[in-house]
Amino acid sequence: MDGSGIRQALSIMNERGSGEGAGYVAYGIYPDYRDCYALHVFLDHACESKAAVDATLEQWGAIEHDEAIPTCDQPNFRAACTPWRYFFKPDPSLAPGSATPEKDIITNLVMQINASPDGTEVISSGKNVGVFKAGGAGSWPETVADYYRIEDYEGYIWLAHNRYATSCPERWERPDPFNLHDWSIVENGKTTTYGANRRYIESFGYNCSTGTDSEVIAYTIDFLVRRHGLEIDLAIRALAPPYWDEIDRMPEAEQKLNRALRFAYGPATMNGPFTVVAANPDMMVGFTDRGKLRPMVVGECGDRLYIASEETAIRTMEPGVESITRPGAGEPVIGRVAP
Amino acid sequence: MSSNIGSMPLRYRVTIDRERCMECGRCIENCSYGVFRWDGDRILINSRNCTACHRCLAYCPRDAIMLEEHPCDYRSHPVWSRQVRESIYNQARTGKIILAGMGSVADLPIIFDHLMLDACQVTTPPTDPLREPVELRTYLGKKPSRLDFARKPNGDIEVSTELAPNLMLETPIMLGHMSYGAISLNAHLAMARAAKETGTYMGTGEGGLHPGLYPYQDRMIVQVASGRFGVNVDYLERGAAIELKLGQGAKPGIGGHLPGEKVSADVSRTRMIPEGSDAISPAPHHDVYGIEDLPQLVNSVKEATGWKKPVFAKIAAVNNNAENVAAIARSGVDAVAIDGFRGGTGAAPRVFRDHVGIPIEVAIATADRELRKQGLRNEVSLIACGSIRESADVVKAIALGADAVYIGTAALVAMGCRVCGNCYQGVCSWGIATQRPNLVARLDPDVASKQVANLIHAWTLEITELMGAAGINSIESLRGNRDRLRGYMLDEGLLEILDVKSVGA
Repeated sequence: MDGSGIRQALSIMNERGSGEGAGYVAYGIYPDYRDCYALHVFLDHACESKAAVDATLEQWGAIEHDEAIPTCDQPNFRAACTPWRYFFKPDPSLAPGSATPEKDIITNLVMQINASPDGTEVISSGKNVGVFKAGGAGSWPETVADYYRIEDYEGYIWLAHNRYATSCPERWERPDPFNLHDWSIVENGKTTTYGANRRYIESFGYNCSTGTDSEVIAYTIDFLVRRHGLEIDLAIRALAPPYWDEIDRMPEAEQKLNRALRFAYGPATMNGPFTVVAANPDMMVGFTDRGKLRPMVVGECGDRLYIASEETAIRTMEPGVESITRPGAGEPVIGRVAP
Repeated sequence: MSSNIGSMPLRYRVTIDRERCMECGRCIENCSYGVFRWDGDRILINSRNCTACHRCLAYCPRDAIMLEEHPCDYRSHPVWSRQVRESIYNQARTGKIILAGMGSVADLPIIFDHLMLDACQVTTPPTDPLREPVELRTYLGKKPSRLDFARKPNGDIEVSTELAPNLMLETPIMLGHMSYGAISLNAHLAMARAAKETGTYMGTGEGGLHPGLYPYQDRMIVQVASGRFGVNVDYLERGAAIELKLGQGAKPGIGGHLPGEKVSADVSRTRMIPEGSDAISPAPHHDVYGIEDLPQLVNSVKEATGWKKPVFAKIAAVNNNAENVAAIARSGVDAVAIDGFRGGTGAAPRVFRDHVGIPIEVAIATADRELRKQGLRNEVSLIACGSIRESADVVKAIALGADAVYIGTAALVAMGCRVCGNCYQGVCSWGIATQRPNLVARLDPDVASKQVANLIHAWTLEITELMGAAGINSIESLRGNRDRLRGYMLDEGLLEILDVKSVGA
C-alpha cells in the first residue's frame, strides 16, 4: 500500500483535529536498508545538531547512509526543523550481556539524544520503518502527507494520527505516531495516569522527554514485550486490565493469571479514556480503556485489517469493506502479518 | 512536698445556667472526672477537674451547661506561651517527664491542607461512579516485579510465579493499632465489627487479642511490639496478618507505656502481665539491634505461621525515613506502616509527641520515591498513618505513594471521643480509653460499630467520587500519581521533596 489511501482516510476525519499536527508511520518502506535501523531525526539546526548526532551515533555503531528526508514545500505551512534520516548499524559488542543488544543500544541512543538540549529529536528508530510527522499552524493531515510525499512510500502497515492540539501546538515531535525501534503508537485520548505510568517506566531506564501518553505507551509495550517477555495480549491486559469483579468470576487459573498481572503491572495500568493502535513489524493491535470511553471501529477485507476512530475512514480506504465491527470495552484486536 | 507556685489559672470553666437546669443530675452521673457533685439539692461545680470531654454537654437534656476554654489567661507573650509556662511550673513542682494523650498539639502547618486535588474537565472526561465502576479494592503485600509463564499442552498460558500472600481490602482504609488496655474491649469490639462489615482490617495494638475478638480474628492484624505482651503462637496464628511494631509516630525512639490503672484483670490476662502493673515496652526490640537482625525476626514469625500471612512493620516517620523503609523492604516484610509525627497515642511524653519526627506527607512521598529508585517498590506496600482526618487525606496520601491508610483517632471520634487528650488518666467518660466497667458499659459495641462502619462507608463514597472526578477508576492508578496533586502555598524545597508541582503549573 502506498500512503495515498491513509492520507485520504485521515483527511476525511479532519473535524477531529485542529490542523496543528498530523503524522504517519509505515512499515516496509526501506527494503534497500532492511538490516539497518532507520533513524528519523528532527534537527533544529542542520549543521550543529547534526554534527552532534553524527558523533553520538559513530560511538555506538556505523552510519551506513544518511540524507535529508525528501520534502515538498506546502502553502501556508512552515518547516520548523530539518527532517533527516540515518541508516544505522549498532555494534552489538557494545552491549554485552543483553539478549537484544542492538535494541538496547538503539533505546539508549534515543533516550540520550532526546533528553539532550541539542535541538534534536529522534522520532523513529526501527528497521524498515519510518515516522513522518509535523506540527504547527497549517499541519492538516493532507498537508503533512504532501509535505513528506508519503504517496511515494510503499508499506505493509500504516498508522496515522490527526492531532487536536492542547499544548505546544508548534512542536513537531508532539503529534503521534510515536515510535521506538519495533513499536509505533497512535493514541486517541488522554490518560489520567500519565505521571504514575511515567514514573514506573522511567524506573527501568526509559526517559520520557516529550510528555505525551504515546511515548510512555511505546516504552511500556517495549518493556513488557521485549524485556519481560509478555505475549502481546498479556501486555495489553497489563495496560488495560479487567475489573476485579470480572476477575472474581473467572475460572481459577485465569483468575490467578489476571490477578498476577494486576499485582505485577498495576503501576503500568493506564486509566482514563484512550484508544491505542500499536504496530510492530509483525502485527497491528488496537485496544481501548476498559470502559471504552473512546471509539474504535474495526474493518476487515480479505487479508487487510483496518482500525479507526470512525467507520468513514475505513470506507474511504476500502469502499467494499467486508465486515465492520465495534469491539467491546477492553477487548483487544490483534492482527498478525501473514508469514 | 509543697511548692510556692500555687494554682494555675483555670484551663476550662464550666458554668450551669441555673434558669435552664432542671437538676436532673445527669451531669453528675456522666462526668468521670469529678467536676460535678450534689451539695444538698444543688449541683456544685469544680471546673479545675474538667478535661473538656464534653460528656456533660452531650447528655444535658436542657443545654444548660456552658464550657469556656482559658477564661483567664496569663499575660500574653509570644515566646513564653501558656503551655511553656505551665510545663515549667509542672516540672518545677514534680521533677518529672510530662505525659500527654492524643496526637501532637504543636501549631505547625498541615501539608495535607496545602495539597489540592485534580479533577477532569473537557480534555479528559470525569468518570461517573454512579454509572461506571470505580475500584477501591486494595491488596497489601509483596507484588512480583515480573512474571514467569508456562504454556499448558492445550495452549493456555499459566502463571508459574507464586504470589506472596496479600490482604484484600474493599477500601484502602484500615483501623490502626490501638491496644486492648489503652482502649476498652467494647471499643475493640466495635472496631472489629466495623472492619468485618466494611471489608477491611483492624490492628490489635500491642495488647494481645481478647477471646471476645476471636470471632473477628480473620479481620485482625495482630501486633508484636517490643514488650511482646500477649504474644504466643496461638495469637500469631489467629491474625490475618502480623505487624511488628518498631516505632510509633507519637513517640519515636521510645517504647510504649500503659499506666497500671488501666491494667484490669481482663487486660492482665490478655497481655500476660500482672494486674495493676505498668506495662512498659522497651524502646528497641531486644532481638533487633541492627537492621540485619530484622530478617531473622520476620522469618521466625513467618516460620511460626507457615508462611501464610503477610508480615507488616510499623515505624515512626523520622529524618532518615526513606533509608529505614528501604532497609525494611529488604527484610522480607510485606508492608510498612509509616506513622507520622502527628500520630495519636494513649500516653506519650509531651516533649516527644510535639517535637520528634516528620510529617506523614513527606515520609510517604520520600519512601515511595526511594523504593522506586532502588527497585524495591513492589517488595512492600506502604501504609500511611498518623493524623488521617478525612477522605481527602486518604486520597492525598495515596497520590503521594501510599497503598492504604490506618485511621486511629478518626475512628475513636466516630465512637464519640472528643479528643480531650486525657486517655492516660484511664477514666474516659465515653467508655473508650478506660477499663472501668461502669464507664466501658457506656459504649454499646453495636451502636459504636455502626458509627465506625458509617464513617468508613462515607469516606469510601467520597474517595470514589474524588477518583471519578479525576477520571481514575482503580486505586493502583491513583497510587503515586502525584501529577494529580498541586501544592498551594508550599515552598519550593518542600514541593521538590514531595515531587508535586505548584498550583498553576
